[in-house]
Amino acid sequence: MLKIDNLHASVEDKAILRGINLDIKPGEVHAIMGPNGSGKSTLASVVAGKEDYEVDEGEILLDGENIDELGPEERAHKGVFLSFQYPVEIPGVSVTNFIKTAINETRKAKGLEDMPANEMLKLIREKSEMLEIDRKFLSRSLNEGFSGGEKKRNEIFQMAMLEPKLAILDETDSGLDIDALRIVANGVNKLKSKDNAVVVITHYQRLLDYIVPDHVHVLMNGKIVKSGGAELAHELEAKGYDWIKEEVNA
Amino acid sequence: MELKEKLVSSFMAFENTVDVDSPVHDIRTQAIKHFENEGFPTKRQEAWKYTSLNAVLKHNYSVFPKHEEALEFKDVKKYFIHDIDSYKIIFIDGKYSSHLSQTTHDGIDVCLMSSALTKPKYQLIIENYFNKIATKDGLSSLNTAFSAEGAYIHIPKNKLVEKPIQIIHFSTGNEAALMLQPRNLVVVDENSHVQIIERHQSLTDNPVLTNSVTEIFANKRAIVDYYKIQNDRETASLIDNTFINQKQESIAKVHTFSFGGKLTRNNLNFYQNGERLDSTMKGITIIGNKQHVDHNTLVHHIEPNCESHQDYKGIFDENATGVFNGKVIVEKEAQKTNAFQANNNILVSDKASINTKPQLEIFADDVRCSHGCTIGQLDESAMFYLRSRGIPEKEARALLMFAFSNNVLDSVKIPEIKNRITMIIANKLGVNIGFDL
Repeated sequence: MLKIDNLHASVEDKAILRGINLDIKPGEVHAIMGPNGSGKSTLASVVAGKEDYEVDEGEILLDGENIDELGPEERAHKGVFLSFQYPVEIPGVSVTNFIKTAINETRKAKGLEDMPANEMLKLIREKSEMLEIDRKFLSRSLNEGFSGGEKKRNEIFQMAMLEPKLAILDETDSGLDIDALRIVANGVNKLKSKDNAVVVITHYQRLLDYIVPDHVHVLMNGKIVKSGGAELAHELEAKGYDWIKEEVNA
Repeated sequence: MELKEKLVSSFMAFENTVDVDSPVHDIRTQAIKHFENEGFPTKRQEAWKYTSLNAVLKHNYSVFPKHEEALEFKDVKKYFIHDIDSYKIIFIDGKYSSHLSQTTHDGIDVCLMSSALTKPKYQLIIENYFNKIATKDGLSSLNTAFSAEGAYIHIPKNKLVEKPIQIIHFSTGNEAALMLQPRNLVVVDENSHVQIIERHQSLTDNPVLTNSVTEIFANKRAIVDYYKIQNDRETASLIDNTFINQKQESIAKVHTFSFGGKLTRNNLNFYQNGERLDSTMKGITIIGNKQHVDHNTLVHHIEPNCESHQDYKGIFDENATGVFNGKVIVEKEAQKTNAFQANNNILVSDKASINTKPQLEIFADDVRCSHGCTIGQLDESAMFYLRSRGIPEKEARALLMFAFSNNVLDSVKIPEIKNRITMIIANKLGVNIGFDL
């Protein structure tokens, strides 16, 4: 589904990604771990189409199509979803109106009519209940004054509404207490199917206890230096990253 | 002949068309003298430093339209807030259109300035209120000198006027260039409530210059909600001079929505002559091309325990220019004043500009006065966030601009106006998305 081939990316001439290779198939869950500053969030942003980053080399293929020239909205229309590490506060736009606009613009791009209002309401009710989100919360301004946990839950709510093909969760676990973590993880698991894929970016093992990855990759200094199964995450949790650094340098 | 000379020399002819014995004859005569002395304002005057009338004054305006024009409602329906029941005072090229209007004398007077200035039954109100708060500057004096037509609204005490009143001035383009000088008087007596919507609309690209004066008196505990919808063609200019005198415990709110026109200058003046009263002025300005909108506000806090709230949002694209000059005077007696002023702007293009200037003159020592101006760009991280959810760039931009300005709509009490404003904004921003927030 997503194939990243020798991806080099930079911001303001500073190289951040230095040759990433990744092959994600439908139905798979991939975890990307790594120390701070290794390029995890950059990878997520580059795949989602953030224009601050320059792709210097390599390509990103979504279902075989190079998406390098596509804007973030076009990638979203093709099923890419990024759950932000730091969701942006947008005063004056309610959660409901935002998600309605997002869904209808995506439908428009696919040549579909707007979703009927009653269907939209039903979907909102269903998904907010799944994530145990209070209805009052939906009429508030997007992310404005939300706690860290509320912001992350709201990201997963948007994911549930948009039903992406490829979901990238950028440190969705940070700022979540254990209950919220469980709710969010359950939500993600319910959305998983044989046709979509999830990329979980995290520092910690704990989210991966709930969303069990098929593959774990370690990103360091802009490169994937080690890949393995779910057990690799446990090993990292126990031993930290130093042993990998030594392995890489050896 | 320059416009000033033309106007001064037309005055005699004008006076002959109206009643020379009218009580306002002396006021008009004084006013034309004022105008002759003052002339039009220039950039040398502090209050006009950022707004030049030169380009607007160069046309050879007709001062008196030659013949009356008729318009069919279906052709101009879109300029009305047509989905509510309302009183209507409609003018075509400065002349009253009875066909499009719906006035009343049933317990309240919603009618014409021309009647009020000539009929004895209105004489007392005219004597007490006409030209009592309009300033004696060149433009207001010019309007006073030629004041003959406009809206006359008198709400006696204890009346809650449920139907809003729409005042619309159409110009048909029958004249190659037309100057209009509407004069409105609104007197709201004790404990009454009125809602007024004002609009100026040019129907062709022939230049129009409107120099309007509105005097509003909100007497004890009166509530006045005034909405100005400025979305005219780019050949039409408007100088709106509005003066509001408030008595104790009254509430007056003016919302100004400026989305179009070549040059728009809003001189909005509040005089607080009573305690515990509230003055609110809010505005949304969204313009592009070479449009110019200037908000020049004054709140004069004269008595204690009063409030004023100003909140103006501006979005300027292409070569548009904006001015905000907000003056707040707090007199020594006006203790416990609470005055708030905010002016926030977004410059969408590198060529757009805004000059914003708060002017606070505070002589009392126990007051709360705050002001803040900001000038910024659209938040790029917010743009990426919206686009990453599938909202295209143009729509994302529009959504952010709307979100930036929409708190101004919170205090709009008529839902149909709110809807109309959001539609105009969506249209203006070239998007088809529901802003139903």
